[in-house]
Amino acid sequence: MSTVRDWAAPNPVTENRSGLIGKPVDRYEGRLKVTGTAAYAYEVETPAPPLYGHIVSSTLAKGRITAIDTSAAAAAPGVVLAWSHLNVPAQAARGTRLNPRSQRASNPALESDRVEHYGQSVVFILADTPENARAAGGLVRITYAAEDADLDFLSSLDLAGPAPGEEDARVGDFEAGYSASEVTVDDTWFSPLQNHAQMEPCATTAWWEGDKVVVHTSIQMVKGGQHALAETLGIPSDRVRLFTRYIGGGFGGKGQAYDDLTLAALAARESGRPVRVAYTRQQMFQATIHRPAVQMRVRLGADRSGRLNAMALEAVTHCARNAPFVEHAASFARNLYAAPHRLTGHRLVLLDIPHAGAMRAPGEAPGMLSLECAMDELAEKLGLDPIELRIRNEPEVDPDNAKPFSVRQLVRCMQEGAQQFGWSRRHPTPGAVRDGRWYVGMGMATAIRGNFLLPAKAGLRLTGDGLATLTQGMTDIGTGTYTILAQITGETLGLPLDQVRVELGDSDMPPAPGSGGQFGAATAGSAAYETAMVMRRRLSELAAGDPRSPLYGEDPTLMDFANGNIVLGNRSESLAALASRAGPEGVYVEGGISPAADARDWSQHTYGAQFAEVGVDSVTGEVRLRRMFGVFAAGRILNAKLAKSQITGGMIWGVGAALTESNPVDPRFGSFLHQDLGGYLAPVHADIVNLDAVLLDEADDKANPMGIKGVGELGICGAGAAIANAVYNACGVRLRDYPLTPDKVLAALEAKGL
Amino acid sequence: MKPFAFERARDVDHALSLAASSPGARFLAGGTNILDLMKLEIEQPPRLIDVGRLPLAEISETASGGLRIGALATNTAVASDPRVRRRYPALARAILAGGSVQLRNKASVGGNLMQRTRCPYFMDAAKPCNKRLPGSGCSAMEGLSSTLALFGASEMCVAVSPSDMSVALAAFDAVAETVRADGSVQRRPVETLHRLPGEAPQVDTDLAPDELILAVELPPPPPGRQVWRKVRARASYTGAIASVAVAGDRVALGAVAARPWRARFTEAALADGASPAEAAGAELAHADGPESRKSLVRRLAADAIREAKEGAAS
Repeated sequence: MSTVRDWAAPNPVTENRSGLIGKPVDRYEGRLKVTGTAAYAYEVETPAPPLYGHIVSSTLAKGRITAIDTSAAAAAPGVVLAWSHLNVPAQAARGTRLNPRSQRASNPALESDRVEHYGQSVVFILADTPENARAAGGLVRITYAAEDADLDFLSSLDLAGPAPGEEDARVGDFEAGYSASEVTVDDTWFSPLQNHAQMEPCATTAWWEGDKVVVHTSIQMVKGGQHALAETLGIPSDRVRLFTRYIGGGFGGKGQAYDDLTLAALAARESGRPVRVAYTRQQMFQATIHRPAVQMRVRLGADRSGRLNAMALEAVTHCARNAPFVEHAASFARNLYAAPHRLTGHRLVLLDIPHAGAMRAPGEAPGMLSLECAMDELAEKLGLDPIELRIRNEPEVDPDNAKPFSVRQLVRCMQEGAQQFGWSRRHPTPGAVRDGRWYVGMGMATAIRGNFLLPAKAGLRLTGDGLATLTQGMTDIGTGTYTILAQITGETLGLPLDQVRVELGDSDMPPAPGSGGQFGAATAGSAAYETAMVMRRRLSELAAGDPRSPLYGEDPTLMDFANGNIVLGNRSESLAALASRAGPEGVYVEGGISPAADARDWSQHTYGAQFAEVGVDSVTGEVRLRRMFGVFAAGRILNAKLAKSQITGGMIWGVGAALTESNPVDPRFGSFLHQDLGGYLAPVHADIVNLDAVLLDEADDKANPMGIKGVGELGICGAGAAIANAVYNACGVRLRDYPLTPDKVLAALEAKGL
Repeated sequence: MKPFAFERARDVDHALSLAASSPGARFLAGGTNILDLMKLEIEQPPRLIDVGRLPLAEISETASGGLRIGALATNTAVASDPRVRRRYPALARAILAGGSVQLRNKASVGGNLMQRTRCPYFMDAAKPCNKRLPGSGCSAMEGLSSTLALFGASEMCVAVSPSDMSVALAAFDAVAETVRADGSVQRRPVETLHRLPGEAPQVDTDLAPDELILAVELPPPPPGRQVWRKVRARASYTGAIASVAVAGDRVALGAVAARPWRARFTEAALADGASPAEAAGAELAHADGPESRKSLVRRLAADAIREAKEGAAS
């Protein structure tokens, strides 16, 4: 196994001689997408004319299907088949894992008469057109026997139990430390259930080639999808070929396979035709995962100087009864601020609603909405600037485990952010700044999010035309993975970008873990780098051993790569020439990355500071973001444009979390109130008038050979808290019930007599 | 979506005769609302009569000094018409507050008036809703949606009209001109074009099935300043929580009833010399709903009236 010391030596990426690393190049696949020629899963060409599936969803939250009549649907125009639990083809029982190495277990569709949540698939229609399939779906008649269900989180808090297999993290004696503190904060925040609201719905196109199924689907994890389908169908995974080349948004919501994948494969087998199945917009809300609501009690105790003595974050959250998931909303605090007496933990309520699951920055996203506001409250009680309070609590080593930080530039993020944002113009007294009928205020918060490196592989082929083609069973969920892999490959091989191709999203390619947890770039990118280094060694040896090469007989370890050539001193030849002599297939190598054995000896995170200025309408309680700015530190940046897009996109998610996004469960039905993009209010362009971010120069040589870290989730962390703190600074209203919608703000203004 | 017949009308008479001879048929103009509703099977017309290409998009001066806006003028065309912007700025602003650019480019004036409520329980075919399925009950009454009617609701329905445009039109005393298959022409004030729900919330308007809106006529604008305000959680592409149009001494409220709501009590109070706050309160005294919502509308209306009176945007 490698050690992080192996990564400290200069390498082609860190030397960056041709300047491809960090360069703000446009998206590799951008032109295809904006011209509508990037084929998404539902749009790929099929070997024969396809049939179309439509899923009918349960309108019951919990109970049993007592009668189901699909006869009218089956007889409707164009309908090929209509399946319910009574006649769906056999699938492996839920949770089956025939192959112990499968990353995912069987996930059958229409498996029984049991209904476990509103929106669950209950009938599948296959027809000649999507319209006929959907129309037939409307003809299905189902009778349910309802059972008592737990649907409403806040009224079920007394059902909360420990998160399975977890204990509270205790350091020191929180209760004693808290009661001995001179200044305290004790408040409870609520962050609501949210939806991912991806543009592209879950969708699959499937066909069979003999006993092998080919599926194009929209999923963030290639192997996970392949294994889930293989286990569900009860076939070896090498009989499932899964493609996921373009993904119209994932955000964690497509980390797993849904029934579109299973039913498309089953229906293609049954019909002998290619089959397309997509979720409706409504099913995207009702039938995929969501970020669960969190109720968080935060207690802070400090001395008069502002030094934290006691800190507790106690989160209560929820998940589906039979699909365990914990939104770890309190965990981030363990690494953020030092306090001798600490308590963090999670309680879980099991509900009969759709499955809770990972959504962009799970844990930090809702969790920082509370602690970072509690710190603002503490700063006010102490008469300290919020940044000064945080600086006074900046730890020397990771407070959770006393490990040294690989690199931690949190204070610099806050200080540079304050300067560039104009934080000194913030009036510390709430309600002091008016602009016409608007109260105007500023707020800040910190950002922290972990960094991860997972095992991954890649393949690389150099052909006689001089093209290098990187292949990896990786996904690009819209973040720019194609592009950064091309930059890494090009820089490492000394090739210009137009001589690098990247092919992703194919289960036959060397595997990578996919996109999630902001580990994608570091993981897939490091594998690409290592593979390109394998290629360098291979090419050097080829040149050294080939009498036709001008470098014949030289020491391969001294050869260099630049401008499409392999070079030693004043001798060189083109990679194209070298590859063409190697044979018609050129040169192919594979390589990979594994976490260093000692990687966990350091505390590795990404950091940032968020600044927001808002206006609060004194008449109506509407909150409008006026400007937002953040400074972040996330290792070496591979592509300045794409990294910034990820960060600012995350900040915009924070705007939604603070001001608009929520999907309450209607406890009479077990369904979500909002089920389309007109009702579920994610921010629109008009909400984001002035928002920017900068990334500090940084290289984290403990992270991976390139010193890069993830940026996909960092931007959302703390963003909403900065806005809530700005709302308080604007109008003196401290709201702890997200989102801060006009009705809540106005009620609070009126309660203050405003 | 249910299969349906589609027919493109050659002219107005053709459209009307098709409508008269096909029960349940709907006119299609921009299609920004009805197509969504058909996909969700909330509307299931057996036939769509496409009137989108009829020559009804003209905006012209009237003899009385007002404007006549053809029913097929797009929302964008109306909001960008220099005469509208100069003489009826509250209307231009109201239209620009609605939907998105893409929707406004497609949506027609007639279609805007005929759009259906966005009550989330109406929009979900799986839920009881008297407007969608008469007699099934009202899920909104005890539901989670906060944008419920304050005026003119019934035990059957508390849904509100989603149209921003119609609020401004009501403040201008605009009239919708319609025609039926028998050739009869009617002039209906926009203010009362929509029915209050009463016992039959499934019927949105008094228009007959074969009645087509030809145009909206605006009388000359009243003297005085005009103000438009819309309260919403995000800055674009969402319906009003509440809205208000003030045109001189006239005040119309939006998102508070199944129709644009002329605040007649407010107007009378203003005529009697009441302050903006008192005048707004005069209307809200007749409202039925949560105090918080009444308070929002009262504050909004008062501030808009004040702005119109004082001539200064605060």
